[in-house]
Amino acid sequence: MAHPNDPIKIGRRDFVAITVAGAAGFAHAAETQADASPRRVHLTVTINQQSHAMELDPRTTLLDLLREGVHLNGVKKGCDHGQCGACTVLVNGTRINSCLSLAVMNDGHEITTIEGLSSDTTLHPMQAAFVEHDGLQCGYCTPGQICSAVAMLEEAKRGAPSAVTQRLSQLDTIELSDDEIRERMSGNICRCGAYPGILAAIRSVAQEGSRS
Amino acid sequence: MNSFTYTRAASVDEAINSFATHSNSSFIGGGTNLLDLMKMGVEQPRHLIDISRLPLNTIEDREGGIRIGAMVTNTNAANHQLVRTRFPLLTQAILAGASQQLRNMATMGGNLLQRTRCYYFYDPTYPECNKRQPGSGCGAINGINRIHAVLGASHKCIATHPSDMCVALAALNAIVHVHGPSGPRAIPLIHFHRLPADTPELDTNLHPGEMITAIDIPAPKQAVRSHYLKVRDRNSYAFALVSVATVVDLASDGTARDIQIALGGVAHKPWRAATAERLLIGKPLDETHLRSAANEEFKAAVPHTGNAFKIALGRRAIVRAITTAIS
Repeated sequence: MAHPNDPIKIGRRDFVAITVAGAAGFAHAAETQADASPRRVHLTVTINQQSHAMELDPRTTLLDLLREGVHLNGVKKGCDHGQCGACTVLVNGTRINSCLSLAVMNDGHEITTIEGLSSDTTLHPMQAAFVEHDGLQCGYCTPGQICSAVAMLEEAKRGAPSAVTQRLSQLDTIELSDDEIRERMSGNICRCGAYPGILAAIRSVAQEGSRS
Repeated sequence: MNSFTYTRAASVDEAINSFATHSNSSFIGGGTNLLDLMKMGVEQPRHLIDISRLPLNTIEDREGGIRIGAMVTNTNAANHQLVRTRFPLLTQAILAGASQQLRNMATMGGNLLQRTRCYYFYDPTYPECNKRQPGSGCGAINGINRIHAVLGASHKCIATHPSDMCVALAALNAIVHVHGPSGPRAIPLIHFHRLPADTPELDTNLHPGEMITAIDIPAPKQAVRSHYLKVRDRNSYAFALVSVATVVDLASDGTARDIQIALGGVAHKPWRAATAERLLIGKPLDETHLRSAANEEFKAAVPHTGNAFKIALGRRAIVRAITTAIS
């Protein structure tokens, strides 16, 4: 497995990696510090059912670990500030913005990225639905949209309410109207404006799920 | 992001000791605001103490009220059966804020400590911000100030507190429990945050090294009605321009036996509309009384070039929130 500290070769993609590493701190910072606490931290995480043990700069976000450390480039860096949702992954089954989570704080956790949703040759039903319903144009936000949607269906199944849920005291499974889907997916921005297709894709999987 | 060292605390005491023994430390829970501010260079802690795994993640029944641990995520609080059935106002307010991904990470304690989204504070390329750099001036007062405060601001700072959750907690008379080097203490939510006055760099009345451990919400009176109204530029995933949390105890004759009203988006802290409350107790909650109380509440409002609309919006939001609560 590639390590965050591996020497960086200069290619087009690696140029991005260097820029990112400068900000996120894969490179060993040269400055000194007065206190004696360790500058590097150990981390063991399970990513797409594979265990990874590593040592890294504590500044490394989960997003940078996934992209630059483990080379899972499905997860995308959009805004890097928790506003666009392109970096959405599942941590212990819960969707989060991986750009706003320090990698080290995920020690012992199970991470699922878009690469972990499908098997070798079979798309996850949500991926297939995005293809079927044209839920994308450029595709940059799509891995985040799909990870988000997969977790969202589970939340609704568990009865988790949203801002548009009318009866909060009713604790059972929530039926996903279009308004519910839109509200629950509002943390994932699509600059191409593929929202009608995204909505149709998610609706189709939700309806399939409620029939089975 | 500046370089920092990292430790994970195993207990509250260990976290507080770690804070005391490292200079320029910060606790980190969900990290959704702190990490963002660190990326912007606004916050530059040299040492992070991870408190996210402390055993402060339960929601307990407390004689009809509830105690919510500081490390309970916003999602788990909003979804909890006790919160949904006893304090739906809190669930409404939490779900009105941020996105699901952020609420899944953000903690209750961290939500209380989130910092203003004032553009001048958030972007260090602006030289003027008394909150970020005391004495440097305020870029917003004569700048872009559409999202800024109209109540309780000062000549040093017109930032607003961005939280929805805290507005509901203000209306619910919540108590914040904190623990620090001098032991535990309890602070009413409405006294937890500060007005800017001459020290806008201080958002709260927390002492250095103190951490939030829990939030208590006292038992509701019989059959109160409540509502959270959030007015914003788009329907989802946007900060409030104005928000209103209200809890109404209605007498059988339709007058208000008691009423709590808290406003978001208008001040440096969740603003308890004490003037309006006083005017409405014992009165029928019809449009005439509501309008008159709302007008009085905003009488002391000071508009700036971009945010005068918040005064009219705030008045109307009070009327609509209470009308919705009792209908």
